[in-house]
Amino acid sequence: MTAIEFKKTLTWKFIEYIKNQNSDFLITLGNVAKDFINVSKYVLKFEINKKILIEQCSRYAIDSLPITLTIVSMTAIILAMQIAPELVKQGGGDYMGMASGLVMVREMGAIMAGFAIISMIGSSFASELASMSVTEQISAMKVLRVDPIKYLVVPRFLAGVIMMPFVVTISSFVGLIFACVISKTTAGISYLNFFNSLWHGLYVKDIMVTLLKSSVFGGTISLISCTCGYSTRGGAKEVGISTTKAVVWSFLGIAIWDFIFASIFYM
Amino acid sequence: MSLEVKNLTKIFDNKKVLDNVSFTVNSGETLGIVGFSGSGKSTILKIICGLLYADGGEIKTDNGDIAMAFQYSALFDFLNVSENIAFPLTERKEFKRKYTQKQLDEIVAQKLSMVGLEGIENKYPSELSGGMQKRVSFARAIVTNPKTILYDEPTAGLDPVSSTIIEDYIVRLKNELNATCIVVTHQLSTIKRATDKIIMLYNGKIVFKGTTDEMLKGNTPYTKQFIEASTEGPMQITSIN
Repeated sequence: MTAIEFKKTLTWKFIEYIKNQNSDFLITLGNVAKDFINVSKYVLKFEINKKILIEQCSRYAIDSLPITLTIVSMTAIILAMQIAPELVKQGGGDYMGMASGLVMVREMGAIMAGFAIISMIGSSFASELASMSVTEQISAMKVLRVDPIKYLVVPRFLAGVIMMPFVVTISSFVGLIFACVISKTTAGISYLNFFNSLWHGLYVKDIMVTLLKSSVFGGTISLISCTCGYSTRGGAKEVGISTTKAVVWSFLGIAIWDFIFASIFYM
Repeated sequence: MSLEVKNLTKIFDNKKVLDNVSFTVNSGETLGIVGFSGSGKSTILKIICGLLYADGGEIKTDNGDIAMAFQYSALFDFLNVSENIAFPLTERKEFKRKYTQKQLDEIVAQKLSMVGLEGIENKYPSELSGGMQKRVSFARAIVTNPKTILYDEPTAGLDPVSSTIIEDYIVRLKNELNATCIVVTHQLSTIKRATDKIIMLYNGKIVFKGTTDEMLKGNTPYTKQFIEASTEGPMQITSIN
């Protein structure tokens, strides 16, 4: 088989695909790292556009709150529906509050809120910046000698870092209220027992770690989404590809951070 | 001398898009860059304004600020006309807090009147026609009173009357600001009305350099083919793609 014939085979196409995927991964990782350094410079120098920061914070927290609350609450309700009756059967009804608290505060609240934020905010950041890039608005900004990182990425990054803990706190709290109500209605666990167990099962450390983790999730989602959008070249098709890439990589990013946090604080 | 480009070279994917391109444009002069699609015209502008790095050569200018009007206007669609025009003044470090809101409004109104548009400060780019968007982009480009203005296909996609209006504003802005201008264009009307001298590019090289009148006479095979829009001549269609 000649080299030209080999290049037409499925094996070669598969090798090419893996090579392209890996180089794409490495390029995006490099871009995210580079943007993080540039964003950090502006943040450390306190060169922040406060007006845009407030706009983005409102977008992060207020616009996304209904869907985040719904997703996190539904997770808490479903967990309570499945766990509460089983715990009561096994004689562990008194531990329902603790179980819900650990699951929601340590893990599910931040993760599910992260998923909701990625779908609502991350994807919109990516598509917005990608559209700006393909319509030369970002080039125009550079020619006007305004750094797009400072104007576009810094406020979005900070909005994620600041507002994500707020979103996670509210949605986890509402989720626990729902878990309490469902535990009462499906398994007869009293509100007092639920909150007593929750109080004894949760530590300040859990809450602090979750707040820190949420901040990191928020920053990661914003940074990956902005970088994927910002580095888009081409047309409408590439805008779609960048948005998809931002969503997939943000999911991957928060999964990796979650693993790192669990390894550091709970192993 | 106001802008001097010397031996500019740019390579994309092992292909020389610009090959030792050199030219000079003086203050109060407009240079037209013409040539078929893909001949490297817009690349020159992008290198001059800093959007691309050159692989060789140098650019010398004694004017600080360089402004560029983009082919598709590139107005910020999330800002209204007034915010678009005032953008460099409100966001650039050296101008920040230099002007009060009242002064900014006055500057915006003055720049809008220079491009013949008044009373559209609160409109968004999506509410404007293509020609109006171009003129707003000119107003944004000149808001810092730059001494070098680059226009990337300013009349592309416009009807003949709108094109004439745009060409008149290119001349007017050059005269009012005594600016050095470079216009990348395909259109003969723009060449005739708005430029003083021309360079023609083919395969990344300059194949004609002279005044607009000399170019329009079509005395060289390249200029003749361009003016006649002929497929017969030294510039081959296969090279374009």
